[in-house]
Amino acid sequence: MSVSAAPSAVAPAAGGPLPIERVDLRREFNEVGIGEVLDQLDRELIGLKPVKTRIREIASLLLIERIRKRMGLTSEVPTLHMSFTGNPGTGKTTVALRIASILHKLGFVRRGQVVSVTRDELVGQYIGHTAPKTKEILKKAMGGVLFIDEAYYLHRPDNERDYGQEAIEILLQVMESQREDLVVILAGYGDRMDKFFGSNPGFRSRIAHHIDFPDYADDELLAIAELMLGDMNYKFSADARAAFVRYITLRKTQPLFSNARSIRNALDRMRLRQANRLVADLDRVLTADEIMSLEAPDVLASRVFSNAP
Amino acid sequence: MRVTQGAFSFLPDLTDEQISAQVQYCLGKGWAVNIEFTDDPHPRNTFWEMWGLPMFDLRDAAGVLMELNECRKVYGNSYIRMSAFDSSPGWESVRLSFLVNRPKDEPGFRLERHEVEGRNIRYTTKSYATDRPEGIRYGGK
Repeated sequence: MSVSAAPSAVAPAAGGPLPIERVDLRREFNEVGIGEVLDQLDRELIGLKPVKTRIREIASLLLIERIRKRMGLTSEVPTLHMSFTGNPGTGKTTVALRIASILHKLGFVRRGQVVSVTRDELVGQYIGHTAPKTKEILKKAMGGVLFIDEAYYLHRPDNERDYGQEAIEILLQVMESQREDLVVILAGYGDRMDKFFGSNPGFRSRIAHHIDFPDYADDELLAIAELMLGDMNYKFSADARAAFVRYITLRKTQPLFSNARSIRNALDRMRLRQANRLVADLDRVLTADEIMSLEAPDVLASRVFSNAP
Repeated sequence: MRVTQGAFSFLPDLTDEQISAQVQYCLGKGWAVNIEFTDDPHPRNTFWEMWGLPMFDLRDAAGVLMELNECRKVYGNSYIRMSAFDSSPGWESVRLSFLVNRPKDEPGFRLERHEVEGRNIRYTTKSYATDRPEGIRYGGK
């Protein structure tokens, strides 16, 4: 008896599971619904070309892996631990959330929750405090994704009695022995993560996917700003838009620029100025359009312009 | 003599897979699962030693199994049970409790007869294992 790629192929035949021989790739793809997640990724995340390519590759690999499993072609569970490096505000956390839902749809994590932690939640204050703390977080993350933000803080090279090392050892052990239960994603700024991996070679080799998040270009930042404004039901007037293009160019040359996060903060301040401008004149009737629009003065009042040469 | 306490105890011992499935059921209901162990199998011994705190806010049974395996490493030749606590009434109450580990040899219980006033007899059960001190009741040391 041969089993084709009919719907019954999903359920094992009565006489025991028979490996299937043919699959319809497109149907398989639609069935797990990752196409939708990937499209959403394309739509909602501007730029980040290398990141998207890599995620597509991982998703394809996992899809094929899933089919191989059903065909009875056994292979090891692929290592899915990842590290995200990149400058502040390049979307590392956002992408981690999306990855979790992709992995969940493909069935590589069972629950799909993301537990986001930093050093504080993993490392204890005194001897014997760290192990239970780290283990508790690991238990909560089982069946999902553990996202460790600013992972390089786990290792403090200047203090050799730091408890961070203990947390690192527990993490490494679980990452190795419970690969099918948990996916660990480390995130942090590029140069410091390099140093971190340099002093913990065990981490580097246990992580299969190192993804680097590039900085955004000017036009990408503008697109991000407009997407954010759209979500908040605001918009730029034509003048404000032109002013904001200049704002981005100037802001990038100034210190402490953190990509999309700086843009979001700038937009929040512009909303303040706009509200202030509207409230300044109480004797007028506002239209919805006026309430939604950010005007050029709202942008130009920024400190960034006054500091510019 | 095989001790039968808690749910499923008249079935063959649960495999890890079956334990996982039970734990997942508990977590799905929002119950917190707790691991306890003892080497005193008397049925009236209700207060067992706790292996850590009850595990709150877990989503997946793998975390509980991880703790169970840790506990087995240390107390592999004792009784280990899992209890699931439901806090929805406003207090923690046990919804499910079952054995997940038992010693290799279970010597069983003897019936003691106490002759009291008149020709009355009082009965009590005593585990042979508890003749030895705590910690070495099922071999070791």
